[in-house]
Amino acid sequence: MTTATGADVRVVNVSRRDLLKGLLGAGGLVLGVQLFPGAARAAMGAGGALAETFAPDLFLSIDASGLVSIVAHRSEMGTGIRTSLPMVLADELEADWERVTLTQAPGDAAYGDQNTDGSRSVRQFFGAMRQIGATARTMLESAAARAWNVDASECAAQNHEVVHGPSGRSIGFGDLVPIAAVLDTPDAAAVRLKDPSEWRYIGGKGVPLADGRDIVTGKAGFGLDVVLEGMKFATIERCPVLGGAPKSFDDAETLAVPGVERVVPVPGYQGAPAFSPVGGLAVIGRDTWSVLQGRNALEVEWEEGEHASYDSRLFRRDLEREVRKTGQVVRNRGDVDTALAAADTTLEAEYYCPHLAHAPMEPPCAVARVADGKCEVWAPTQSPQTARASVAQALGLRPVDVTIHVTLLGGGFGRKSKPDYIVEAAVLAAVIEAPVKLVWTREDDIRHDYYHSVSAQHYTAGLDADGKLTAWRARTAFPPIGSTFNPASQLGIGEAGQGVIDMPYDVPNIRCEVGAAQGHVRIGWLRSVANVYHAFACSSFVDEIAHARGLDPLDNLLDLLGPQQHVDLDGARYGNYGGSPADHPIDTGRFAHVVRLAAEKSGWGTALGPGRGRGLAVHRSFLCYVAVVAQVEVQDDGSILIPRIDMAVDAGQLIHPDRVVAQMEGAAVFGASLALTGEITAKGGAIEQGNFDDYTIVRMNRAPREVAVHLVESHRPPGGVGEPGVPPIAPALCNAVFAATGQRIRSLPLSRHDLKRS
Amino acid sequence: MVTLRINGREHQLDGLDPEMPLLWALRDHLGLTGTRFGCGKGQCGACTIHVDGKATRACMYPIGSLGERTVTTIEGLASQADQALQDAWVEHQVPQCGYCQAGQIMTAAELLANNPTPDDEAIDTAMSGNLCRCGTYQRIRAAIKTAAIKTAGAKR
Ligand code: FES
Ligand code: FES
Repeated sequence: MTTATGADVRVVNVSRRDLLKGLLGAGGLVLGVQLFPGAARAAMGAGGALAETFAPDLFLSIDASGLVSIVAHRSEMGTGIRTSLPMVLADELEADWERVTLTQAPGDAAYGDQNTDGSRSVRQFFGAMRQIGATARTMLESAAARAWNVDASECAAQNHEVVHGPSGRSIGFGDLVPIAAVLDTPDAAAVRLKDPSEWRYIGGKGVPLADGRDIVTGKAGFGLDVVLEGMKFATIERCPVLGGAPKSFDDAETLAVPGVERVVPVPGYQGAPAFSPVGGLAVIGRDTWSVLQGRNALEVEWEEGEHASYDSRLFRRDLEREVRKTGQVVRNRGDVDTALAAADTTLEAEYYCPHLAHAPMEPPCAVARVADGKCEVWAPTQSPQTARASVAQALGLRPVDVTIHVTLLGGGFGRKSKPDYIVEAAVLAAVIEAPVKLVWTREDDIRHDYYHSVSAQHYTAGLDADGKLTAWRARTAFPPIGSTFNPASQLGIGEAGQGVIDMPYDVPNIRCEVGAAQGHVRIGWLRSVANVYHAFACSSFVDEIAHARGLDPLDNLLDLLGPQQHVDLDGARYGNYGGSPADHPIDTGRFAHVVRLAAEKSGWGTALGPGRGRGLAVHRSFLCYVAVVAQVEVQDDGSILIPRIDMAVDAGQLIHPDRVVAQMEGAAVFGASLALTGEITAKGGAIEQGNFDDYTIVRMNRAPREVAVHLVESHRPPGGVGEPGVPPIAPALCNAVFAATGQRIRSLPLSRHDLKRS
Repeated sequence: MVTLRINGREHQLDGLDPEMPLLWALRDHLGLTGTRFGCGKGQCGACTIHVDGKATRACMYPIGSLGERTVTTIEGLASQADQALQDAWVEHQVPQCGYCQAGQIMTAAELLANNPTPDDEAIDTAMSGNLCRCGTYQRIRAAIKTAAIKTAGAKR
């Protein structure tokens, strides 16, 4: 059912039904909610089938004391979503945030899409949360009207009570609960949403983080903190090469380590890695230290398999060869070949970005228990439903017999949407018939990640005699994410929609092409995914064009964007991050606005000291526009300091602006890490890095010293904010390096280049 | 048998490898999980505790070497100055995922104990051993400065 907000949600008063056994349990006013994935809604058509398929999960309850309980159904990994979505509901309800408690939902399709990925939580659920809160508010207002025997239109909820306008009387929410609990759920059409001017929390200063106090006192519960009665500990030795398996092993010394109890083989995947364990040998014992010691003593000879020859240095050449020839065309406008042949000047550049690892501060981990044909897991997961399905499949259970409890996540960045580690824990718990905590070391994490793909791009531009851009040819090649699920997959067409196909520049002749590449490690999505390398190439190339045209990079960029318009992608297949083209066109006006804003706030054009320079980049991803001006200072030793980064952000309607700012600050640091030193390499099929000493991420002394975030106020439909800050950072930094030194950086990381202060 | 003096209480642990890092004794045997595991190699600071008041990496400190020394973990931070620090963290909404923050606060607490009004350079020097993958450094710096001002004000 589509509601007044256009949200895919159905709300029903279930206070009197006996299905009150869900998360919220207690009596009072209880609203059941079903959040529909769009497809399910479409399939249900006009609504006739709704009654049968309606399987609500309890989402909101208000008890007689007035305590409001709200279910948080998305995973908290640092974006603040566990606070922000319930805050939206509370705002529409006119609840006082001080009297709201949160309950984390387990993995269940009744909560709609729970895969906390793709910067989607707000854009998918803003409308639904508003609808649920407004429905409850409407019911409380009706209840007050009954109590006073007045017209409901004279009653308005206000800060946890309902006030009767004409008389000024008021009743608290708690006191209204017994009356509201027996009311019919109002029709969606009868529910009035607040006007944005009435919002208490949304779009303003928000509310304090739900878990803030617990975090600073050490009480917050992450996955690694879960303890079960009789729990064993496990660590797994895995083959350094993807797909390898033990040929032989000797565990005599392992079993002699005090506290070690047994060694258990974990089967690897068949066919494609997907979300299955990569396989290995698990050491089980009394505590983490014992099993780690035992694992050190393990002697294993591996059958390394087909990926043992993978060498990322050689692979780079394969990728570069690939982008020097024509690939599969994914967008075409005009005739690039003719335009290039006729061009007065042509410009050509090749870019390269290495693999990256997610390295969330909390490595993957999970606690599992299997008993009586049921499995229960506690884990930091971005996608509890994927985990549920994967565990059920691995153990041969029905999904309803698998419960995934979602803990706080010590960072995710895309890593924790892949449940391989959860399946490992579940498989071990089943084999040893005891609860088990599976611990990944940092080395396990960095050597067995779902890596951000390695890639190469080749860009060619044609300019006419007046310096006008007449042709744009972009080629990209990288092992696609699809190769993790189907080893034969070599063309990342979907990824080309992240910064290649959707490039916004106004050029009469455009051709975008994708080349083939095979995956030799598990490829996965990492914060902002292919936008990282595509924005690096595209925004670097635009800067190169500026210098070829003899234009200031800001003037060049605005000129290439051209007049305000919705970009026509020439019929290319383009996913638009699931957003409808009507709500979320590619709007050059919004691009230009953030570019101007970032430039102005950064002092663009004003003089900087020696060794310093500014660089500009803009990128749209996840339906959000971000322009960055980075300032760098190249030191005498060639290292780089980042005194300041300005980020201008147009994400449409903002829900919790402080968290948007925090996401952008974090993105600046994440982007600086990957630009300065981020690099995962492979040799003999094995990953060469293992910990933060050889896979470095920026520390406070090298992090951007000041990140100034400038938010565009807007009531357009919300876009994502968790990822879009990342892509423009690296090109802005490299363009700044060019401004400071005259050295053009065409491959990452910067630490691989010898920079000279000019 | 080892005796560990933690947060003002004595704990006896029997049958453990004296080489076991304090991190795992705290987490697996004493239920003090506020001290986090991030690298196990002294690289990230997520496991920072105080040993006799000095910020120390629990992942690198064998329980057998502790002797009479006293340990404070994030759960045991109690002084006024420490609470000012935690309050400042909440005020600036520093945490994103929060995983590194206990370690950050333990390091910052030692910094402020030794240097009540640190400048940017002193903050950099003290804090650069603590990684934050979420990138909260700017707010950590601001929170330390806020706590320093509040604590100095309270002392006056
Ligand atoms: S876990 Fe001790 S420094 Fe990283
Ligand atoms: S807040 Fe997530 S690692 Fe620091």
